[in-house]
Amino acid sequence: MMPEDTRAADTAAPHFRQPLLRTPFHARARDLSQVDSFVAWAGYTTVDVFTTMEQEYFAIRNATTLYDLTPMVKYRIAGPDAVPYLNRLVTRDMAKLTPDRVAYCVWCNDAGHLIDDGTVFRLGEGDYRLCTADRQIDWLLDSAIGFDVSVSEVTEEIAALAVQGPTSCAVLKAAGLAGIEKLKPFEIGYFALGGRPVTVSRTGFTGDLGYELWMPPQAAEANWDELMAAGRSRGIRAIGSQALNMARIEAGFLSPHVDFVSAEHTIRVGRDRSPLELGLAWLVDFQKGHFTGRRALLAEHRSGPRRRLVGLDIAGNKPAHNALLYAADDGKREIGSVTSATWSPTCKRNIALAMVDAPYFQTGRTVWAEIYLNRELVWERRMSRAEVVERPFFAPSRRRATPPGEF
Amino acid sequence: MMQQGIRSSYDCIVIGAGHNGLVCAATLARGGRSVLVLEAQSQVGGAAATREFAPGFRAACAHLLHLMPADLMHDLGLSAHGLEWAAQSMPTTALVAGSSPLRLEQSALSGADAAAYAAYTGRMRRFAQALVPLLGKVAPRLGTTDWRDRWALLGLGWQIRKLGRADMRELLRIGGMNVYDLLEEHFESAALKGALGFDAVLGTNFGPRSPGTVLTLLYRLAAEFAAGASALSQPKGGMGALCDALAKSALAAGAAIRTAAPVARILVEGDRTVGVELESGEAVAAATVVSNADPKTTFLKLLGARHLDTGFVRRVNHIRARGLAAKLHLALDRVPQFPGVDGAAVRGRLLLAPSLMYLERAYNHAKYGEYSAAPAMEITVPTINDPGLAPQGKHVLSAIVQFAPYALEGGWAERRRGFTDLLLDTLEAAAPGLRASVLGAELLTPADIETEFRIDGGHWHHGELAFDQFFMVRPVPGAAQHRTPLPGLFLCGAGCHPGGGVMGIAGRNAARQVLKQGAT
Repeated sequence: MMPEDTRAADTAAPHFRQPLLRTPFHARARDLSQVDSFVAWAGYTTVDVFTTMEQEYFAIRNATTLYDLTPMVKYRIAGPDAVPYLNRLVTRDMAKLTPDRVAYCVWCNDAGHLIDDGTVFRLGEGDYRLCTADRQIDWLLDSAIGFDVSVSEVTEEIAALAVQGPTSCAVLKAAGLAGIEKLKPFEIGYFALGGRPVTVSRTGFTGDLGYELWMPPQAAEANWDELMAAGRSRGIRAIGSQALNMARIEAGFLSPHVDFVSAEHTIRVGRDRSPLELGLAWLVDFQKGHFTGRRALLAEHRSGPRRRLVGLDIAGNKPAHNALLYAADDGKREIGSVTSATWSPTCKRNIALAMVDAPYFQTGRTVWAEIYLNRELVWERRMSRAEVVERPFFAPSRRRATPPGEF
Repeated sequence: MMQQGIRSSYDCIVIGAGHNGLVCAATLARGGRSVLVLEAQSQVGGAAATREFAPGFRAACAHLLHLMPADLMHDLGLSAHGLEWAAQSMPTTALVAGSSPLRLEQSALSGADAAAYAAYTGRMRRFAQALVPLLGKVAPRLGTTDWRDRWALLGLGWQIRKLGRADMRELLRIGGMNVYDLLEEHFESAALKGALGFDAVLGTNFGPRSPGTVLTLLYRLAAEFAAGASALSQPKGGMGALCDALAKSALAAGAAIRTAAPVARILVEGDRTVGVELESGEAVAAATVVSNADPKTTFLKLLGARHLDTGFVRRVNHIRARGLAAKLHLALDRVPQFPGVDGAAVRGRLLLAPSLMYLERAYNHAKYGEYSAAPAMEITVPTINDPGLAPQGKHVLSAIVQFAPYALEGGWAERRRGFTDLLLDTLEAAAPGLRASVLGAELLTPADIETEFRIDGGHWHHGELAFDQFFMVRPVPGAAQHRTPLPGLFLCGAGCHPGGGVMGIAGRNAARQVLKQGAT
């Protein structure tokens, strides 16, 4: 028996010729990029910085920004068992997710350790979309064993654009999205932009007023142009991942690979993190019935987490990137480390997210951060006092106001 | 016959009245639990039940007993409950086409092979004995701080250390080898090598050149040693009689048995088992449910993935459990004549595996979804020892056939007749005149075994016995100590350590695990 030739020309994918895909917004991004700073994200090339991180950051907090989130991995989950499937997958109760609503969710492995976080969109009866940072079709398909549900990746079929900032509602209104001001946080609405249908969710990664627009890739450039034109008088600006990262730390949001490593990817023992450790206990519903990791999380819930991700307010103005944390300023007892850090221009505070051992993670406790500063190639070590504080660091009321104020 | 007063609630329900389920039920009942055994078929025994396959002719799918520990049979009082032997210490004979058959024992061998046989069997016996402690007990867990787990692992290490330097080296050397290479090192006679190699691949998805076949052989030998000295035995009335005695032992201890009562699903409330629902819709309550069904059936069909974690379901789904052995039952109007096989030998087991190459070629077909063009067989004529299994003067031939893939190319419905014909031709060559004496035939392919006995994949071990699927990873980590992730649900079948064959150890160990949990 001869094996079939699987190298037939008509089935060959050209991906090896172009290791990183371009999003439908790539030509526009390329035009606006002043520093030619692109990074890889989930198989696509996306902008890290257009001009300067600071300039883009201030646009998030003071005007409107466009951020290309097409590389966000999107799965369609459909079928009669979609709700039981999702309920077994994620830790929240998906039966409570009403039509045209979005829920932030996490999902765990059997040990109750986080595989990833993401958002679930209820688009129709038995029709859901799951958006995540990383691909994980194997886990999603194995989770479908025994359920009447189909799971398929639709990332390339949907272009997505985050429109975020205090003037974002006004910009969208100016662009012709009639009634956008009525859209509530985590709600999904269907609008027209330049006569083209566009799906809008009031979601985002900035902790500010903002929306995410979902559209066919063919409409991407026209929609981008339409929004840029509509937002010109309100300071609209395209942003890259660096500015977004500052905003998300202020908002206290987790970033995969940064604040946690997926339990599917960790190699070393003890590097997995549970949602309880990540301060996401509010996402875990022990009452809804079984879900993957429930038994392990229940045991952890009873014994109490050994460490927790917390916010830190650190003395001084030097970001505590990768800083080790100590119980006292003698630096003898190590009790954790910083996972994300930034100077927050809006809060005027030196903030960080950090994984801290029990019992030091309690709000109000003082810990010490070991910060290294490179001053013209001379390293200086500084022990900075830090206080464990509640997240988020920045949560303006406009974020949830419906209708949002006019700016 | 097996029914007692029907109740709606018990301490324990055992799903399936195969031998392990019955051993488990008897042990639980003796431990003071109220027990109900639910069996889908109209008789107990599962794949070890003696069934009528042609009018007046009876045979059991599992046809020889050599793995059930003597102390287990003694503890459960099986003799008192009617178990009698039609034959014990049965001989094994290799059939060789165009040549005289070869009796598998020291005195029947000649020259270099005779000396090599003594050295080989002696060493394999020592290795097998070192593995015996591993077989009788619940497999230890890895990575715990429980002294019992550590003690069990230490015990295994000590058994191997006790072998001494030379044997330890040899065990390490051959442990991962294939049986083909091992036997080639030792023997000259093709017939001897074929017969010895046959036991390494019997009931498996392996050919003699497949990696790990020395291990499966050692495992089988160790199980035989663990069982005691009775070697190959044939219960009077067929293997089903053993199960009837087990059932009587369970009933005497206070257990109830309902036949023709197939379980549809395991009921769960508040993340623990609360009983089962029968296919009839009737619910029976029990805080403990012990499943004698195979792991895939138990977890994916009866319980349902939604009560389990994804990683666990992934592991269960990956259990290799596709049978490659078929069973042939023939109703014969006279005793088959195997040339050169004397009256004593024909009372034992006859192996049709004339060489290792013959076995390997037979296996080649199975790898590509074909049945063997020249199949290997383990043949018995149980009616010589036990005439009651057939009408007066008539006989039954019972043969395990290797290899017949579960998922046959073209499907069994289309090709059953062709395979049966091939088997009859093969047997005719070994026993001229046999074909003309056939009154009736039943072929149980792995697909039939799946349907008939509700074993997913139709594998008689409920899952391949291979290095990656035994001991503390059998059937999967998280259920290897009979407990499952769902509180109240236990496994007691061949899918558990120490595995299949009519052994009963899994049933007994499962019951002990349940009893250890304290009153339910």
